[in-house]
Amino acid sequence: MTVNQQSLGGWGNCPREACSVSQPDSRAALRHKLHAGHTVIARGLGRSYGDSAISPNGLVLRQTRLNRMLSFDAGTGILECEAGVSFAEIIAAFLPRGWFLPTSPGTKFVTVGGAIASDVHGKNHHRVGSFGNFVREIELLLASGETVRCSPESRPDLFWATIGGMGLTGIILTATFELTRVPSAYCSVRYEKTRDLDHTLDRFVETDNDCEYSVAWIDCLASGRSLGRSVLMLGNGSQPDELPLANRTSPYALPERRTKTVPTWFPSRTLNPWTIRAFNEFYYRVPRRKSALVDFEKYFYPLDSLKHWNRMYGPRGFIQYQAWFPRSTSRRGLVELLERIVDSGRGSFLAVLKSCGAANPGLLSCLDHGHTLALDFANTGSDLRELTCELDRIVLEHGGRLYLAKDALTDAGTFAAMYPRLPEFQRIQQAVDPTGRFVSSQARRLQIIPVLCADSIADSARSERLVAAG
Amino acid sequence: MSENVVILGAGSGIARAVAQRLAARGCRLLLCGRDADELERNAADLRVRHNASATAVPFDALDFDSHAPFWENCLQQCDGRINGVLLCFGTLPDQQQCQRETASLRHAFDVNLTAAASVLHPIAAHMESQKSGWLAVITSVAGDRGRQSNYVYGAAKAGLSTFLQGLRNRLQPSGVHVLTIKPGFVATSMTEGLLDPKSPLVASPDAVARDIDRAIRKRRNVLYTPWFWRGILLVIRSIPESIFKRLKL
Ligand SMILES: Cc1cc2nc3c(=O)[nH]c(=O)nc-3n(C[C@H](O)[C@H](O)[C@H](O)COP(=O)(O)OP(=O)(O)OC[C@H]3O[C@@H](n4cnc5c(N)ncnc54)[C@H](O)[C@@H]3O)c2cc1C
Ligand SMILES: NC(=O)c1ccc[n+]([C@@H]2O[C@H](COP(=O)([O-])OP(=O)(O)OC[C@H]3O[C@@H](n4cnc5c(N)ncnc54)[C@H](OP(=O)(O)O)[C@@H]3O)[C@@H](O)[C@H]2O)c1
Repeated sequence: MTVNQQSLGGWGNCPREACSVSQPDSRAALRHKLHAGHTVIARGLGRSYGDSAISPNGLVLRQTRLNRMLSFDAGTGILECEAGVSFAEIIAAFLPRGWFLPTSPGTKFVTVGGAIASDVHGKNHHRVGSFGNFVREIELLLASGETVRCSPESRPDLFWATIGGMGLTGIILTATFELTRVPSAYCSVRYEKTRDLDHTLDRFVETDNDCEYSVAWIDCLASGRSLGRSVLMLGNGSQPDELPLANRTSPYALPERRTKTVPTWFPSRTLNPWTIRAFNEFYYRVPRRKSALVDFEKYFYPLDSLKHWNRMYGPRGFIQYQAWFPRSTSRRGLVELLERIVDSGRGSFLAVLKSCGAANPGLLSCLDHGHTLALDFANTGSDLRELTCELDRIVLEHGGRLYLAKDALTDAGTFAAMYPRLPEFQRIQQAVDPTGRFVSSQARRLQIIPVLCADSIADSARSERLVAAG
Repeated sequence: MSENVVILGAGSGIARAVAQRLAARGCRLLLCGRDADELERNAADLRVRHNASATAVPFDALDFDSHAPFWENCLQQCDGRINGVLLCFGTLPDQQQCQRETASLRHAFDVNLTAAASVLHPIAAHMESQKSGWLAVITSVAGDRGRQSNYVYGAAKAGLSTFLQGLRNRLQPSGVHVLTIKPGFVATSMTEGLLDPKSPLVASPDAVARDIDRAIRKRRNVLYTPWFWRGILLVIRSIPESIFKRLKL
């Protein structure tokens, strides 16, 4: 059976590579593809920004047709489903019954498998941590073809290597995790403008305890005394009696909204330093109400209403740079990072700062107590890499890390220095995948898996088998 | 009252998409096919998402002797009342291989035509006596005209379409409705690697399922899905044979 050759990238379209892609729709078909040859990497909805779900030498296995929900306990909110189920599907099925994701990234178009493999976080990280905290059990398809179940109690080593493991321990077949009861599909949101970075960080400290959700949009073009000025968005789930009368009888109903689509021919020059500057100025200055009642769709997924918005950056694409700093150094780290970005004259259309809570035992999970900043940069070629090299150095000097779901450019040495538990991860990964059958472009670039040239090892293992067979 | 619907070849990509829609509007489903584990997962999904009733039932289209008892089993599970049957199983053979090997040729006709006709007869007989119900059967646009690149598949599907015309004619007096479904290109495992899923001519299983669900409810006779295939096939059918035989299609 032939497979589709496609030019494939992550959400940032940088890099894009010609990949063989297959979309199995049964376990039998998935196993067949796993053993068909070459290396493989799982792909969900391709919302990671960089090259973690592509692989030009191997086979990319889209999981989105293995998307069956298997059981739900309406007493405890525990859902078991296949890894190809998307957060959008979960919301469609369960928000009307009063259940929501315990934590969710800024788009609902991610799969459960992708959310586990990246150990994603949301606006409530300071309160609940990342998605992995809510996972009770994973069923994993290993390189050998064997399926194993692992959980924090049984095979915890494999479990915590798979949470945040970027698909490199195997293919997640199913997951069992908690949904959370919510009183309605609305949040009461408070907006606050801060003067500068210190003010922003102080407000996080002061609000972390009484706000379920918080995030700051940061004006990354403001410099000098205004460096780090932000608009803070603080939210709490609304009780039905806080809703307008008309909505009280159906507190889980979301308003009908039309989505718009960015066409393929969108002129990418629309996003340039001037428009970005104007947007940032406008976003900070625009008078807004101090508080508002906002539905979940608009609060958690504001960008989802604009389909293919990544096309605004044109065919060269863009990167998202997301760094995390520990609490002790985050102020200094953020100042240096922001100053360097202001100097570069490259604004980011969207720059988001978030306060983080405790880490989980995920070996490659990113966040811990401290702060994380995410920015978009248009791909301009080598000068972009020059800038991110300097940013990487600042992050490293302050004991910070880059988030793998966003990373597209860093190098193996920097990565290893940021993730001190990498050798532990590699030991576990080696034990379940000794010939390196699960490889992505990112794993190759960052040498996340210990074998330097995993493909050639898998290939030679295959030819040895062929020799043995002949 | 909720409808009881039997889906044959329920693991097919198109069948799964239609099942979502039927379950969402309250149908009780029997999912019939060969891979019991897969069908059980599909049934669980319909139960969890839609609170629907869905059960997996073993069915092998090529086991001709089993067809009558299989149908009895379905009837028993539904307390004797089945409102609709959706037939989705089928296979896309390698044309070249069918030209070389009799076994491949026979298999293509057996699955796509003979097995479908064989299992439809006990079903038709029951519905005829019940004096109500519907049968929706997937054939293909490939059956509208024979082309050198896949005329074995085309001939089997054409045979099935003709069979359904006759069945429709026979069942009309008893108020039983027969729908012939002719999909164009659909992105399922059947066509993976053969079609570019991004091409505008290739439809998603869900888009096709929406049309099928509507055609069942509106009691249409023949459905081309997506709609533009009706026009394309009109043109293709109207080319004189003297010219058509020279084309590389
Ligand atoms: C607009 C936008 C906003 C975002 N906001 C946030 C945010 O706030 N917080 C956050 O944490 N992230 C955020 N992200 C990133 C996103 O949540 C992650 O990249 C997530 O992993 C994407 O899931 P996916 O299904 O698209 O996976 P993909 O991008 O397809 O894959 C990501 C990784 O998961 C692996 N994988 C996928 N499925 C499986 C499986 N079944 N088994 C094993 N491995 C698998 C892949 O191999 C790959 O390494 C955002 C992304 C976008 C586009
Ligand atoms: N995809 C297209 O472009 C296209 C176009 C026109 C028409 N069609 C028709 O649409 C129908 C559905 O196809 P699809 O596209 O959804 O492809 P699919 O996913 O490959 O489905 C084919 C199904 O047929 C089943 N089947 C094959 N032999 C069987 C047997 N002996 N007994 C029971 N079941 C058997 C398969 O079951 P197993 O899982 O057990 O193998 C599978 O579920 C087929 O009739 C096909 O010919 C498809």
